[in-house]
Amino acid sequence: MGRYLIRRVLFLILVMFIVSFLTFLIFYKLPAGDPARRVAGHRNTPEQIEEIRHTLGLDRPWYVQYGRFAKGLIPWPGWFLNEQVYYSYANFVPVKDEIYERLPVTITLTVGAAVIWLLIGVPIGIVSAIKPRSIWDRAGMVFALIGVSAPVFWLGYLFLYIFWFKLGWAPGSGLAYNATLAESIAQGKFVLPWIVLSLAFAAFYARMIRGNLIETMSEDYIRTARAKGLSERRVIFKHGLRSALTPVVTMFGMDVGVLLGGAVITETVFNLPGIGQYTVQSIFADNYPGVMGVTVFATFFIIVANLVVDVVYAFLDPRVRYA
Amino acid sequence: MPEPLLQVNDLKVHFPTDDGLVKAVDGVSFQVMPGETLGVVGESGSGKSVTFLTVLGLITTRQAIIEGEVIFQGQDLLKVPPEEMRSVRGDKISMIFQDPMTSLHPFYKVGAQIGEAIRAHQDVSKKEALQQAVEMLQRVGIPRPDERANQYPHEFSGGMRQRAMIAMALSLNPDLLIADEPTTALDVTVQAQILDLIDRLREEFNASIVIVTHDLGVVAEHCDHLQVMYAGKIAETGTSDDIYYRPHHPYAWGLLGSIARLDHAERERLKPIKGLPPSLIYVPSGCSFHPRCPYAFDRCKVEVPELLPIDGQHAAACHLPLADKERIFAEEVAAR
Repeated sequence: MGRYLIRRVLFLILVMFIVSFLTFLIFYKLPAGDPARRVAGHRNTPEQIEEIRHTLGLDRPWYVQYGRFAKGLIPWPGWFLNEQVYYSYANFVPVKDEIYERLPVTITLTVGAAVIWLLIGVPIGIVSAIKPRSIWDRAGMVFALIGVSAPVFWLGYLFLYIFWFKLGWAPGSGLAYNATLAESIAQGKFVLPWIVLSLAFAAFYARMIRGNLIETMSEDYIRTARAKGLSERRVIFKHGLRSALTPVVTMFGMDVGVLLGGAVITETVFNLPGIGQYTVQSIFADNYPGVMGVTVFATFFIIVANLVVDVVYAFLDPRVRYA
Repeated sequence: MPEPLLQVNDLKVHFPTDDGLVKAVDGVSFQVMPGETLGVVGESGSGKSVTFLTVLGLITTRQAIIEGEVIFQGQDLLKVPPEEMRSVRGDKISMIFQDPMTSLHPFYKVGAQIGEAIRAHQDVSKKEALQQAVEMLQRVGIPRPDERANQYPHEFSGGMRQRAMIAMALSLNPDLLIADEPTTALDVTVQAQILDLIDRLREEFNASIVIVTHDLGVVAEHCDHLQVMYAGKIAETGTSDDIYYRPHHPYAWGLLGSIARLDHAERERLKPIKGLPPSLIYVPSGCSFHPRCPYAFDRCKVEVPELLPIDGQHAAACHLPLADKERIFAEEVAAR
């Protein structure tokens, strides 16, 4: 177990290095315009630009620049998203502060949606698998087809149109200016975003669980379980689901990790001030440090999610521990 | 004569498919006496596994058409409702399968899997069940059983897993143990060990045993009776000696000819049965073996041979005249 963990961590460090290096190349070596010139604004002199270039460290060798940049990836006080690099010159605020301020919204959106998609996707997948070709299976798979096919931005506006504009059941998009997060949740501001974000995932999970479970139920060890005289319920839930859900745990961890880096479309459609919205705003404002900061932050979440998933998987599947 | 433990009458198992009706088992009758070992021999697709999966009610294909009678201890198992069938499975009839590598759940400890079988039928605590499981592991010859019970299947070798499967199957002291190709996936040396183990346990547990196999050579010495199946029907049945020394069906001759024997001269090659097992959808007319039979004549192509008694329990389904059979066997088969 210890060696397995060490190997996984070393591998993740390698992944982080590759991601950070590519990101660095994209932002520093292929810039759409000189960052120093951008900071200087419209009225500038060559001296000012030189000075800014020096302040930003853009005149240092590339490896020093990369080092500063990569330091921002390391979760260590003062290093993570350090202000040397990750400092927004659009509004002169550290990127870190911007992200931390928006993180609770993104976490709320992600966690709520994750709960809903599990509550919808898992039961549909199980029922479809144990009663294949039944009316429940057909209905479930039609739902899955719609859920997988419907684009989130379209679904978002559709839901807003129906449930807010026409029926008035749900509040509109955006959060009240001075409401706390808890107040916004209580006002039901997150209900539509949760549902919309969760539907595509629920559909995908239902399909995946159905496929996994059908495959598992034809395994030899399921026949053994039946031959032992176990009840069909025990055969399905203890023997079938255990195997069928293990890969789902992996998926789930990854999906949550990705979403914590910003649910770009959902946050934009519902005007939620989360990390995804910040990403979009940074891109449109040419706020490079902001975009870099979000990239690094999202990478960090995905990598952590990967590690968590690997560890959990080793507990779920005994064969992995010694592999 | 004592009552048979298991009496199968005219069992038919057909599966409708998009290509046509698959007649996996097509009118099979036989019996298993208390305490005896029956060997069921045939190629892949002869219906031998399906027959016994049906006996245990493990055919899960919804559309399967099952006809006939499976009378076990005076009760027709085909008429028993699924919930009641559970109390028969594992408790009175248990089964071990071909591939021990995939027959145990990879995520649960071996001891727990055996304990689960015990707890499905007996009201004992988990701890007691585990204790019984350890005891069973010991009885099937697994060293350090208490440690082994706490391990996962992937930490067992193939032979050890099959022993664990046997331990599981015998943990409730069943009246009938069905072993479906129990040695096929194992090394030759381990095969012998497992068969000896089954022999020994039959006496210890006083159970009847059915060994399903494609390898006549492996089971002959372990079985009281043998039953040769071809294309969903019984081709020949009798005592082991009948089938081994006085076989009457050309298919049985073929099976004997394809057994490797060390006492044969080096230059002699194995004699495979020509052709492939027939399609179970388009079963050949008459005797289903006739396209592959070197001795087939006109009648074989038209008329389905009946399983006719020869002497005692020996019976074969073949149109060849008795005199011809004895002559061909003596000249061509036994002479090899």
